[in-house]
Amino acid sequence: MMDKKEFRHIGKPLDRVDALEKVTGKPIYVHDMELPGMLYAKVLHSPYARAKIKSIDTSAAEVLSGVKAILTGKDTSHKIGLYLVDKRIIARDITRYQGEVVAAVAAVDEATAERAISLIKVEYEELPAVLTIDDALEGEILVHEDINELDGGGVFFPQKDSNIASWNKTIVGDVEKAFEEADLVVESKMYLPAAAHTPLETHVAIAEADPYSDKIKIWTSAQSPFAVRQLMAKSFGISEAAIQVIVPSIGGGFGGKAGVHLEPLITLLSKACNGRPVKLKATRREEFNQLPTRAAMRSRIKTGVMKDGKITALKVYYDWDSGAYADYGANVGRTAIYSGAGPYEIPNVEIHSRTLYTNKVFSTAYRGFGHLETHWIIERQMDIIAQKLGMDPYDFRMKNVLKPGKRTISGEIITESTGSPSDCLKAVVEEIDWAGYQSDEERNRQLKTGKVRGKGFALLHKAPSMPTNTATSVIMQMDGDGKVKVLIGAIDMGQGANTVVAQIVAEVLDIPIEDVEVVWGADTDKHPYDWQTVASKFTLMGGNAVIRAANDMLGQMKEVAAQVFRCNVDKLRHKDSHIYHVHHMDKSLPYSKLARGYVYEDGSAIGGIVIGRGSYIADGLTNLDPETGQGLPALSWTYGAHGVDLEVDVETGDIHIFKIASAFDVGRVINRKLIDGQIKGGVVQGLGSAIFEGYIFNEDGQVMNPSFTDYKIPTAMDIPDEMVSIFIENPEFDGPFGARGVAEHPMISVPSVIGNALYDALGINFYELPLSPENVALTIVNNTQKY
Amino acid sequence: MCNHNRKKDCFEYVDSQLPRVPLELVVNGEKVYELIDPTMTLLDFLRNNLKLFGTKEGCGEGECGACTVIMNNKTVNSCLVLAVEAQEADILTIEGLSKGGELSILQQEFIKHDALQCGFCTPGMLMSARALLDRNPDPTVEKIKEGISGNFCRCTGYQSVIDAVLSAAKREREELR
Repeated sequence: MMDKKEFRHIGKPLDRVDALEKVTGKPIYVHDMELPGMLYAKVLHSPYARAKIKSIDTSAAEVLSGVKAILTGKDTSHKIGLYLVDKRIIARDITRYQGEVVAAVAAVDEATAERAISLIKVEYEELPAVLTIDDALEGEILVHEDINELDGGGVFFPQKDSNIASWNKTIVGDVEKAFEEADLVVESKMYLPAAAHTPLETHVAIAEADPYSDKIKIWTSAQSPFAVRQLMAKSFGISEAAIQVIVPSIGGGFGGKAGVHLEPLITLLSKACNGRPVKLKATRREEFNQLPTRAAMRSRIKTGVMKDGKITALKVYYDWDSGAYADYGANVGRTAIYSGAGPYEIPNVEIHSRTLYTNKVFSTAYRGFGHLETHWIIERQMDIIAQKLGMDPYDFRMKNVLKPGKRTISGEIITESTGSPSDCLKAVVEEIDWAGYQSDEERNRQLKTGKVRGKGFALLHKAPSMPTNTATSVIMQMDGDGKVKVLIGAIDMGQGANTVVAQIVAEVLDIPIEDVEVVWGADTDKHPYDWQTVASKFTLMGGNAVIRAANDMLGQMKEVAAQVFRCNVDKLRHKDSHIYHVHHMDKSLPYSKLARGYVYEDGSAIGGIVIGRGSYIADGLTNLDPETGQGLPALSWTYGAHGVDLEVDVETGDIHIFKIASAFDVGRVINRKLIDGQIKGGVVQGLGSAIFEGYIFNEDGQVMNPSFTDYKIPTAMDIPDEMVSIFIENPEFDGPFGARGVAEHPMISVPSVIGNALYDALGINFYELPLSPENVALTIVNNTQKY
Repeated sequence: MCNHNRKKDCFEYVDSQLPRVPLELVVNGEKVYELIDPTMTLLDFLRNNLKLFGTKEGCGEGECGACTVIMNNKTVNSCLVLAVEAQEADILTIEGLSKGGELSILQQEFIKHDALQCGFCTPGMLMSARALLDRNPDPTVEKIKEGISGNFCRCTGYQSVIDAVLSAAKREREELR
């Protein structure tokens, strides 16, 4: 049962706990760090998408004064990979994308390192490359000749002698039979390009690797210090305990800093420099071109529906142009088989999600990974079907939306605890005053003015995508004055984890928020374990661990208080930084008198230091059946919807957004101010994917826009006139105070909602992103010629 | 010597080894006099010589605004300004935005409206907002958007920044009365 009482801290719009430092320019990022004796690294990149490395001559670089180490592929046999171990730390024999690291230098300063890089002579033999999804599927050229050796661990399914890093499937019922029996079958083909995370702080790391032992110390801009440690330990064949990973402030992540990136390379360099610390800071160009992206994706989708609007069958191929290495990409593909039908009940489903190797910059997680992409397909298709049925797209969605008692496509039963997509959709449709698609007359009347208004909406859902045993933990200690210091393993990269943790601690212990300090700067040697800061999982999982740790503290204090009051522990309650006897309120002890043991008047002491411990594991999840995709992948779903009211300039293709309304069933708002920031920030990032962003490759597979000059992200000039955040609070039974995660979700379905509103405005369906002025204007021209 | 195009390929400061030149300027109200490498950017001077690390570098080519500082009452991308161009100039950085343990109104409003998340763009964003309010104490939303349009923020979606600047403008005007 949910507690109906008024909360002291939960739900309040409290200031971010690290705001003061951030407005005074105080936080230290790895970008800002200098260590005694520190060397600087630079890397040499492959200029070709695919080439044989015939020879590397480093002799001129070696004799340059100030150069301390030069490494090439022959110096390391280590391979690394998040799920599929397929990537050499430095390319050897063959390069697989333009931008891949071919050599690395450590020197006394960046200039010397850069000069040394320019003196390295590499003889390449350019090879034909796999540059398109069709090339990859044909499989005439293999990106990885040794693909047959990859082990997917029963979760990912690399296909023999192919470019398919993983082929994940969901097969439920009989789609072919259902298509035959359907009143209407709608087929579409859609696409979206690769996109960049563009955190304002590029990837950066410093390593200090002892050449006489396994000891490695790393400072890095990572979202996942414990994953860095685990993956490096596996790659180097050493103990996790030998590796210490420290993450001070980080300047944005968005998934691009999950997993392991620059750390193994600089570790090798540091070792080669007799253990001196080595720093490698990616340039903005490298951020685009060496470090991973969000994969491009092409989809063919076929939906069977009955006249009354009930969807009976869905068959989809999701083909991910995932680049040269699998990294997170295989898992991005996997999300599509349990999430890639949208929040709908569909009895017959066949989904094939293929993560493909191509000779392009590789891909990784990006905020809500797999979901913005699949929802671009699904939520556009829902509107297209509604048009063909002559049904209102709202009614059509409501007819099929998941409700308690229904099953997801992986067979999970939805309950009241899962939340309500219908509530979200209803809220946004009301907020934009949806009254059905406009008529052709209305459209044509507006067309004459050169600007047409349109409205649209789209649903979304997402659950954390994570290993079945994902866990997190919390340790907290009470100081002598009753104040609490909290250690978590998660990284606060702006999403507000530290603030939310402080609020939950203060709420459970019933103490002022000022009495809680979440200790900044995760350090794997000092902070307790957290899997990774990804997947919008921390409020739910970390929040629960925090509640347990706080209750652990209360239990310890009550045990001591029970001795003092000579009563049973169950007679004790807590309130406002005190433990008191439920019958005799005058028997009361402040936390400060219990924190370091209780001292009697004669000086004798009992009890001990109050240290709380809490952990939370995602229990009950299962791997998905390799053939049918059935199982329990989702710890907690969060539903949402966007509605938009916009205007498009028919001549220029410019989109002006009057209003975007976004509703999420968050279960419980923990901090209204921070959650509003997640919504609006995510929506604008989603607008980037919808309207502005996309990698451009030339025919040789080289990235043509690896800079902020050519790859534009939204600025303040590009935001909607009005952004409305709506919070639905159907509690998650296992959520802290009923809360669910929502940090990634706001970005999902933003492209779809823009696409749907463009249909309402123009009567034209868009199938490709971005909906840039150029693409919109050209599509209008091509479609008007038909009239 | 390093002959690469360092603004594209290097983030760290690189000494050209050319004869030093004198530089005299005021930074955050304090007089500074140093002999410097003439190829050094203002950003490198602030970070490397003065150890003012609050000003960030996000791209090194004047696109992202993370390195914004105020030079003679105007915002500049300090990664594109040579330190010697700041001869006799009056420079304000994030470290000079408030003094004596009391935050400026603008900083207070950034906290109140949660106009920051990861914090990396925040120093530059605050400097652009400061310069805007200095030249226009009563800006419209459109003017605020224009004023911070050179500062990329990937976290907030800008709305909270705009709200903070609007609110700060109002409070600053009231304070002047």
